[in-house]
Amino acid sequence: MPAGTLYRGREGMWSWVAHRVTGVLIFFFLFAHVLDTALVRVSPQAYDSVISTYKTPLVNLMEYGLTAAILFHALNGLRVVAVDFWSKGPKYQRQMLWSVVGVWVVLMAGAFYPILQHTLRTWFGG
Amino acid sequence: MSTDTPADLVVPSLQAHTGQGLGTGNPADALVVEPARARSKRTPRRTRTNFEMLAWLFMRLSGVVLVVLVLGHLLINIVLDGGVSKISFAFVAGKWASPFWQFWDLLMLWLAMLHGSNGMRTVINDYAEKDATRLWLKGLLGVTTVFTVLLGTLVIFTFDPNI
Repeated sequence: MPAGTLYRGREGMWSWVAHRVTGVLIFFFLFAHVLDTALVRVSPQAYDSVISTYKTPLVNLMEYGLTAAILFHALNGLRVVAVDFWSKGPKYQRQMLWSVVGVWVVLMAGAFYPILQHTLRTWFGG
Repeated sequence: MSTDTPADLVVPSLQAHTGQGLGTGNPADALVVEPARARSKRTPRRTRTNFEMLAWLFMRLSGVVLVVLVLGHLLINIVLDGGVSKISFAFVAGKWASPFWQFWDLLMLWLAMLHGSNGMRTVINDYAEKDATRLWLKGLLGVTTVFTVLLGTLVIFTFDPNI
């Protein structure tokens, strides 16, 4: 079997793809986020009116999605550091990816209500 | 065989299986992509910097710091204490009354923008095949990055709660 087939199409490649896609998404949000925060230098009203769009259900849901992207990028980034600097990193890269996915699922489940509570309260009261 | 081979002889990867030069004799070497530049005495002086290695190292060091800064930022701003409901001008003014949070946000801004910008540079290098396209995209990226970092820095340092 030629070299490389154990990487291509397996955990190593897909985690690389996900890392890249989430990284680009986060970069574009970061650019928008610096611009919206800069409105605090214009007026409290200008800032608060833009922030009110962050509190609409659709954008609130996108914040949950952004958190999902950031959390994956952060956890997988720590895995990349381990692969590069830990002598046994490359050997355990698969196990580390599934650990990343496991921690990600648990933290995203835990963040569901806290992040979306604004929308949930708007819709269901309480 | 290796004793009569000059130490600095580099053969194309397609000939690596011949055992000449730096080839290992492994047939799989034919599939290996040639290194971007060979480290020999003939390498032009202007390419002898460690920029790419430093960029690689920066991504890992800044990444570890950003995990703490960004996850802490998310936790305080959109997870704890009512989530996004509480965000307002007054919330920002309350946070930036403390030099601790000013420094936190300033460091986060610089590291995240440089980390993200270097990541985008890698993406552009990978997918933009024409020299002119790469040049324009990286130029735009550079201008955008400098503008965003300076704007954010100015906002943090000149913030006025009584505006």
